[in-house]
Amino acid sequence: MKILVGYKRVVDYNVRIQVKPDGSGVVTDGVKLSANPFDDIALEEALRLRDKGVATEVVVVTMGPADCQAHIRNGLAMGANRAIHVVTESAIQPLTAARAFLKLVEKEQPGLVLMGKQAIDDDANQTGQMLATLWGRPQATFASAVAVEGDTATVTREVDAGLETLAVQLPAVITVDLRLNEPRFIKLPDIMKAKSKPLETLAFADLGVESADFLQTTHYAPPAKRSKGVMVADVAELVAALKNKGLV
Amino acid sequence: MSRVLIVAEHLNGQLNAATARCVSCAAALAPETIDVLVLSADGAAVAAQAARIAGVGKVVVADNAANAQAVAQVLAPQVAEAAAGYSHVFGPSTTFGKDLMPCVAALLGTAQVSDVMAVEASHVFKRPIYAGNAVITVQAPTDKPVVATVRTASWPAAADGGNAAVETASLSATLPTHTRFVSLQQGKSDRPDLQSAAKVVSGGRALGSAENFAIVYSLADKLGAAVGASRAAVDAGYVPNELQVGQTGKIIAPELYIAAGISGAIQHLTGIKDAGTIVAINKDAEAPIFEVADYGLVGDLFQILPELEKAL
Ligand SMILES: Cc1cc2nc3c(=O)[nH]c(=O)nc-3n(C[C@H](O)[C@H](O)[C@H](O)COP(=O)(O)OP(=O)(O)OC[C@H]3O[C@@H](n4cnc5c(N)ncnc54)[C@H](O)[C@@H]3O)c2cc1C
Ligand SMILES: Nc1ncnc2c1ncn2[C@@H]1O[C@H](COP(=O)(O)O)[C@@H](O)[C@H]1O
Repeated sequence: MKILVGYKRVVDYNVRIQVKPDGSGVVTDGVKLSANPFDDIALEEALRLRDKGVATEVVVVTMGPADCQAHIRNGLAMGANRAIHVVTESAIQPLTAARAFLKLVEKEQPGLVLMGKQAIDDDANQTGQMLATLWGRPQATFASAVAVEGDTATVTREVDAGLETLAVQLPAVITVDLRLNEPRFIKLPDIMKAKSKPLETLAFADLGVESADFLQTTHYAPPAKRSKGVMVADVAELVAALKNKGLV
Repeated sequence: MSRVLIVAEHLNGQLNAATARCVSCAAALAPETIDVLVLSADGAAVAAQAARIAGVGKVVVADNAANAQAVAQVLAPQVAEAAAGYSHVFGPSTTFGKDLMPCVAALLGTAQVSDVMAVEASHVFKRPIYAGNAVITVQAPTDKPVVATVRTASWPAAADGGNAAVETASLSATLPTHTRFVSLQQGKSDRPDLQSAAKVVSGGRALGSAENFAIVYSLADKLGAAVGASRAAVDAGYVPNELQVGQTGKIIAPELYIAAGISGAIQHLTGIKDAGTIVAINKDAEAPIFEVADYGLVGDLFQILPELEKAL
């Protein structure tokens, strides 16, 4: 079985995002870029399924600008067998990404597509669900445990009420949550090895998908600031303050 | 004029409070109608609860044995079918809505607006990106229905007092059989629900163990508060996952939030920005949580929490 992994490059989760003063965007010049943390977890899970003999091939898919090469090599160094880079200089929105993934799925015929539950830049949390819908296949979102046996994946999902378990027929789309696993560290020799792994580059236009910008962002603003509070000296002062506000 | 359809979230015959929050968001459109869709195996009780939400025009119930559990790929074709004639289809930004609504959007061939915080105009919304570190204004296409999830922490629950008509609908969409519900392991708790509680006491990594978390539970019980936690506390196994507050956990807006032994990473703060009053208890005076706290107290939580409980 082949596994396709969504592997998006985003602004690193440690970067404190700044909105440009004119409201035209956020500052991304010179900020650190990394793999979407959820996508690292998706890739790790794919590699573990390969280690277990469930999968034979792991393919990472990145849709992003031409300068994503180093990011993709990271995915290969982590252990993916090969990579597909769909080159697009402009950011693509989830439905467009899902349509593009569908084209790759039709070509690659994977048994499983693993994606992050959300990309931490747009925080959309849509692409996996949209791909499953367009593909007509099952989805299991927010996975915290995955077991594959034969043509069924049993997935534990982190939902608001607790933990839900679904059994889905393969092929399927699984989107992963943080507690699924801890991604491995990349070792130096693996970075060398990754250089000779196959990397297929496709122009987005060649996929035959229309890149529709459904949502037009007209303005960026910093979030409303909370006003600075006060420090209290002890419990008595805290309780008095809370009582004063009618909170206790 | 807008016509809004809200997909009801429910479990075990109980309507989730998130649905009434979606009604508030829909009302901000000043629409012609706000209708609620209940997809269920036996939805009469849930429909009756939805009908009582003030502002709801009618409740449409579609019963089907396949709807006994909320499987997104089973519900989505039914929502897409029921959406005919509506300009907006809303669901809550809970795991239920996040799972389902993008499928509906894909079926309708349109984008989804995730986490609506504010309504500017019928097709213009504000939503957070980058873990809430930026808020964008987005314009949705006007030639398709708007599919959106409503950031529940941004909207109050619409009041009770409605008396909407309840209709049954028979939907003809073909439903897939590729997904089998196995189980739902629910945290059994007689404490207030984290997402709708007026008060929340959260503990972080500093608690050190599941046993030590007892002091958080104990204070919460005294306050009538729900219990929450940071990701570090959940990852370490001190408390179950459904208690996680933050970017990837629950986004909450209680009147009072008490954070004990939580450093205040941006991913955690994202989840509490809309809280009325934030109290931080941390032994490190430099902890970032103090930057957002209305009341900060520097000290050892193992002394402070019991002391606080006694003083209440
Ligand atoms: C993609 C992504 C998503 C994430 N999503 C979330 C999320 O949804 N929610 C979330 O919470 N985190 C999330 N995180 C993790 C987040 O970055 C932090 O790692 C986490 O919030 C830290 O938890 P903490 O504050 O409990 O632990 P720490 O950062 O270790 O802080 C512990 C604090 O306790 C204090 N302390 C220690 N002992 C005592 C004592 N005896 N008395 C008083 N204070 C004491 C310390 O001074 C310290 O400030 C996410 C991270 C990533 C990468
Ligand atoms: N441009 C992209 N390249 C690779 N994977 C993507 C891309 N966009 C979305 N994905 C995948 O879809 C997931 C959810 O993204 P989103 O719906 O944008 O929150 C991500 O975690 C990725 O796995």
